[in-house]
Amino acid sequence: MADIIHFHRVSHRYDGGPQIISDVSFTLGKGEMAFLTGPSGAGKSTLLRLTALLARATAGQVVVEGRNLADIKRSQIPAFRRQIGVIFQNPSLLNERTVFDNVALPLLIRGHSGDDIGRRVRAALDAVGLLPKEKAFPLTLSGGEQQRVGIARAVVAKPPLLLADEPTGNLDPQLAMDVMALFMRFNEVGVSVLVASHAISLISRLPHRVIHIEKGTLEERRKAELMDKTHDFG
Amino acid sequence: MTSAKPAKPGPRRVAHQPSWLEKMTQDHVRAISGTLSALARRPIGTLLTAFVIGITLALPAGLNTLVANLGQAGDSLQGSLRASLFLNDDVSAERGAELAHDLTRRPGVSSARYISREQALEEFRTFSGFGEALDILKDNPLPATIVVTPSAKQPQARTEALLKDLGTLPEVAQAKLDEKWLQRLYAILALVQRAVLMIAGALALAVLIVVGNTIRLDIENRRDEIEVMKLIGAPNSYIRRPFLYTGLWYGLTGGVLACLLVQAGVISLVQPARQLAGLYDSQATLQGLSLNAAAAVFAAGLGLGWLGAFWAVSRHLRHIEPAT
Repeated sequence: MADIIHFHRVSHRYDGGPQIISDVSFTLGKGEMAFLTGPSGAGKSTLLRLTALLARATAGQVVVEGRNLADIKRSQIPAFRRQIGVIFQNPSLLNERTVFDNVALPLLIRGHSGDDIGRRVRAALDAVGLLPKEKAFPLTLSGGEQQRVGIARAVVAKPPLLLADEPTGNLDPQLAMDVMALFMRFNEVGVSVLVASHAISLISRLPHRVIHIEKGTLEERRKAELMDKTHDFG
Repeated sequence: MTSAKPAKPGPRRVAHQPSWLEKMTQDHVRAISGTLSALARRPIGTLLTAFVIGITLALPAGLNTLVANLGQAGDSLQGSLRASLFLNDDVSAERGAELAHDLTRRPGVSSARYISREQALEEFRTFSGFGEALDILKDNPLPATIVVTPSAKQPQARTEALLKDLGTLPEVAQAKLDEKWLQRLYAILALVQRAVLMIAGALALAVLIVVGNTIRLDIENRRDEIEVMKLIGAPNSYIRRPFLYTGLWYGLTGGVLACLLVQAGVISLVQPARQLAGLYDSQATLQGLSLNAAAAVFAAGLGLGWLGAFWAVSRHLRHIEPAT
């Protein structure tokens, strides 16, 4: 299976800061869905940031869709990011625009025509169950709904790779499960998904691979333990 | 390792991809309508900025109009400009009259009148009030003169060249242009014109700074939006475009306002200017902005608006990166 994400002995530190992750290697296969777990501050977010080129590795290689990210120039970053749907704990919506306009953004920047945008945005909103709210403004929505608008925006342009950082952090267990189910549905149609989450109880009920990171390194032993747990619950 | 799902073929893109030209046109139309409606949503702020630019542009444009008008007034006053050719004493009255007659046929000369030594003495006696003093003198001290009126429809330089020419005639002892003050006016106008250029340069810089700063604040206010745009991979040109158009609109409205301000100033000055011209026996009327000048003001507004926005955008956009 070809890999969509490949980390090879990657380390990262922010300017002048301590090493956030060190010597991390892992892969995510094309069409695979996996969870990234570990305590807060372990480096989960940094790993996702490195993947989306929101930060650059200070050592090692990050390869996404066959491209070594070290070779991507600053001017090429926008084109690279258009291949990735990114979802954060804070959905970072534009509050003065409607739900529809928020979800339409990725299509606007790609220059889709008006009709096409309408069709795709409604399909994405339908997928996250928010079609009736298309004219609403984000601040009138609940946290879970806002999160789902963020997910619709991430998937509307059908990127081959979806990255989510604590997408269920603000949600109650039922909503969190709904969001995870949503990711699984996208994964079923071929999208590769990497979800960082510390909601172990939720993840352990799902059949997907779990990559565990602690203190900036992948701990194989810990990982194996968690795998066992996953099997128990799965 | 747990179950990794088998790879399925990636999602297909369905609808037809728009061509580059279609995409560009559509992007620009969207940016234009988006920026116009954004500016219309806060009309006071937009008009204030446009007014600052308008006044800044109106100052050099108005000064330039003033200089152009003074230059024209000077040209029309050339009708009252006369040159005196003092003839050598050995030139006979017949020769003098003949020369005056010849001179009227020269290009650039509208009329020439011969004044003999006797006539000159007579005129002097009548007008100067020194009549008795002249009686003491044995000889008539006054030379014969030809008074030449240059044609009014020629530039100052031509008149001066003509005068220099006439001075070299064998019969002429000295040629003298009466109206020194007109030459001074032209010299002053040349100086003012240079000053207007300098002022225009300084004020162009001011417009750049005004637009640049307004756009910088605009960028600051829309930081969240820019971060989201960068996060979802919007090309830099896409993020830049609305700001550049906004600068263009500021410059355009500023240019229009500048033209209106200058025209209003001209209209309010027409009456006193006519009175002043009347004092100089001139028919000159105050002219407004010429079409060329108005076009230049528009172009300056547009260019400076765009440039100011470009300056702000290239300085500030790159520092905004999505933080998570």
